[in-house]
Amino acid sequence: MQLSGKNARLRHAATLIDLRRGERGVLDYFDLPEDVALRLMELGFLPGGVVRAGRSAPGGDPRVFEVDGSEVALRRETASRIRLKSARSASGPE
Amino acid sequence: MDPCRDCHAGGVAAPAPLALRRHTVAIVGPPNSGKSTLFNRLTGLRQKVANYPGVTVEQRLGKLQVSRGREVDLIDLPGVYSLQARSEDEQVTRDVLMGNMKGTPRPEAIILVLDSTNLGRHLMLAAPILALGIPTLVVLNMADDLEKRGGLIDTADLAQRLGAPVALASATRGEGLEPIAEFLNGALAIPAPMELPVLNNPPACRAWATQVSGQAYRAPAPPLWTKRLDAIFLHPIMGPLIFAVVVVAVFQTIFTGAVPLMDGVEAVVAGSGQWLKQTLPGSPLRDLLVEGVWGGVGSVMVFLPQILLLFLFIGVLEDSGYLARAAVIADRTMARAGLQGKSFIPLLSAYACAIPAILATRTIESKRDRIATILIAPFMTCSARLPVYTLVIAAFIPERNLIGPFVGTRAAAMLGLYLLGFAAAVFTARVLKSSILRGERTPFVMEMPAYRWPTFRSLGLRLLDRGKVFLRRAGTVILGVAIVLWVLAHVPTKAGKAPEIAESVAGTIGRTVEPLIKPLGFNWKIGIGLITSLAAREVIVGTLGTIYGIESESDAVGLQKALQADLTPGGAVALLVFFAFAMQCMSTIAVVRRETGGWRWPAIQFAYMSSLAYVCAFAANRAVMAWLS
Repeated sequence: MQLSGKNARLRHAATLIDLRRGERGVLDYFDLPEDVALRLMELGFLPGGVVRAGRSAPGGDPRVFEVDGSEVALRRETASRIRLKSARSASGPE
Repeated sequence: MDPCRDCHAGGVAAPAPLALRRHTVAIVGPPNSGKSTLFNRLTGLRQKVANYPGVTVEQRLGKLQVSRGREVDLIDLPGVYSLQARSEDEQVTRDVLMGNMKGTPRPEAIILVLDSTNLGRHLMLAAPILALGIPTLVVLNMADDLEKRGGLIDTADLAQRLGAPVALASATRGEGLEPIAEFLNGALAIPAPMELPVLNNPPACRAWATQVSGQAYRAPAPPLWTKRLDAIFLHPIMGPLIFAVVVVAVFQTIFTGAVPLMDGVEAVVAGSGQWLKQTLPGSPLRDLLVEGVWGGVGSVMVFLPQILLLFLFIGVLEDSGYLARAAVIADRTMARAGLQGKSFIPLLSAYACAIPAILATRTIESKRDRIATILIAPFMTCSARLPVYTLVIAAFIPERNLIGPFVGTRAAAMLGLYLLGFAAAVFTARVLKSSILRGERTPFVMEMPAYRWPTFRSLGLRLLDRGKVFLRRAGTVILGVAIVLWVLAHVPTKAGKAPEIAESVAGTIGRTVEPLIKPLGFNWKIGIGLITSLAAREVIVGTLGTIYGIESESDAVGLQKALQADLTPGGAVALLVFFAFAMQCMSTIAVVRRETGGWRWPAIQFAYMSSLAYVCAFAANRAVMAWLS
């Protein structure tokens, strides 16, 4: 898990808040306390699953995310701590 | 003797079809699975809402006569995503299912309600439920939606994999309920799933759900109408605009739309009071009945249509799914007050009544946020304030058009009072969250349900329930206060006749507190009302009804006219402000004590709200007097 310059850049670009409306990403992991992470997983935010950014309240916060057949609204501060897989690993096999 | 007691105590695993015994069956499911709709469909009017002992999560119980000699107690448990108890709602569901809830027998069967249009995710809950080893029927609800959107389920295949019966149903339409009736009638068996995942591991549960439903399920197309409606309701400009229109429309309708209904109730109350007065022989008892009971309780009854209308609006907003969108739009505002979007729904219900609102705070996981929400909930304009506001506004504010024919001065004044309460709540929340309740902000995570048409059935049941609560209060607290007050206003008797009200015991009490409230512009009559309204806010209307009813011989003199003669405009505004801020509600104090586990928070809350009410009413009285002179 060494952070090379390239990886750091990818990581920087890869949280839920970087998705614009209509864009998809693949969930990687949570930078959140365990109970919050578990709740999010119960709601469908599962590592390896696809998430799509939906509409939001005025100002973009909170935003609705489509995940596993449901729509869940998250605040920006929570969304910014849900990591996405980089584009390359997202398209490749698990 | 109950012939079946022995076989039950004997540890028989699968309860045999028993006769003449009560059976407890629990309805479990994730939020938004249509659990309560099914419960309403099955129990109809035979349901009652109470609280679990010790905790204050609402317990919805319904009795069902499923066949001759077989009665079932149906429990609608709070919605959960898993059996991990992270909020108190989940703790209750878990305790009941494990048989650890005092006063509630362990259910001998479970109806697991899942949304068939989102089966993959909802099936995750099936794993921990089936693992309980209690006979379970899996109801895949919203079958009509599933069909419309082109989804398919092979229930037989799914039932085999789950090792439990599966029924496809639509609770809203009442379709596919026969298997549920059969199940309740005793077709029970311990579930025997082919395999179960590691529990408390969402990824494992989800993988299991996919595997189980795999071939038996074809997911439906995304909900087209929900997307179309969200394009409007969550539009950057239209969204907030519609939100504002909805809020204004609610207030305008309950204030002007309710008027004909209220006039109707008033006519009935006045007419029946007159009839009683003429029919019964003249005696102190008749006077107590007509002036005390009819005058006191009747003047509060008039507000029933308005309160029902408010609950109707909240019901429509909630059942249609709009409320969740409103919470998203309101979240930023809530965040500025240091609260979260989840506080929005309790606070919105506080517009109806602070008590259900305080109970609803159970869904807030963060203890600090929860206490903050409880402490500010009574500032929201509850329906008990409506009678007071309506009376004073109608007496002192002339009706004129403010914005065309749509918003009148009275509706605007009402809206202003609602905003005043809201502002006090926000101010208090900020103070609390930056001082004694400082803490990290908890995440706002909220599921957006698909939009649905609210059903007349569930709206009707909701109104019936709230109407009953209101009438029960009118029949107990308000009736009691009305009788006590009438008696206090008629003693001590002078030469066998009732004294002038000013010289009665009630009048003396009012005069004693008069120096204290004079700076607010109130006289001793209002003083009596303030004391009696400590029981519940709307009692002041009944009290004034009784006081003025006694004073004036003519029944034609309305309460409004009496008030106009007795209060200055400054005093009227001060009265409105006082009622906006003061915590005059015994039931709320009791609930806060129970919810926060002691007298500390309710004592702080009562002292704070009373001081704020006094100071602001004083300032309002002075300001109006200065402005008018």
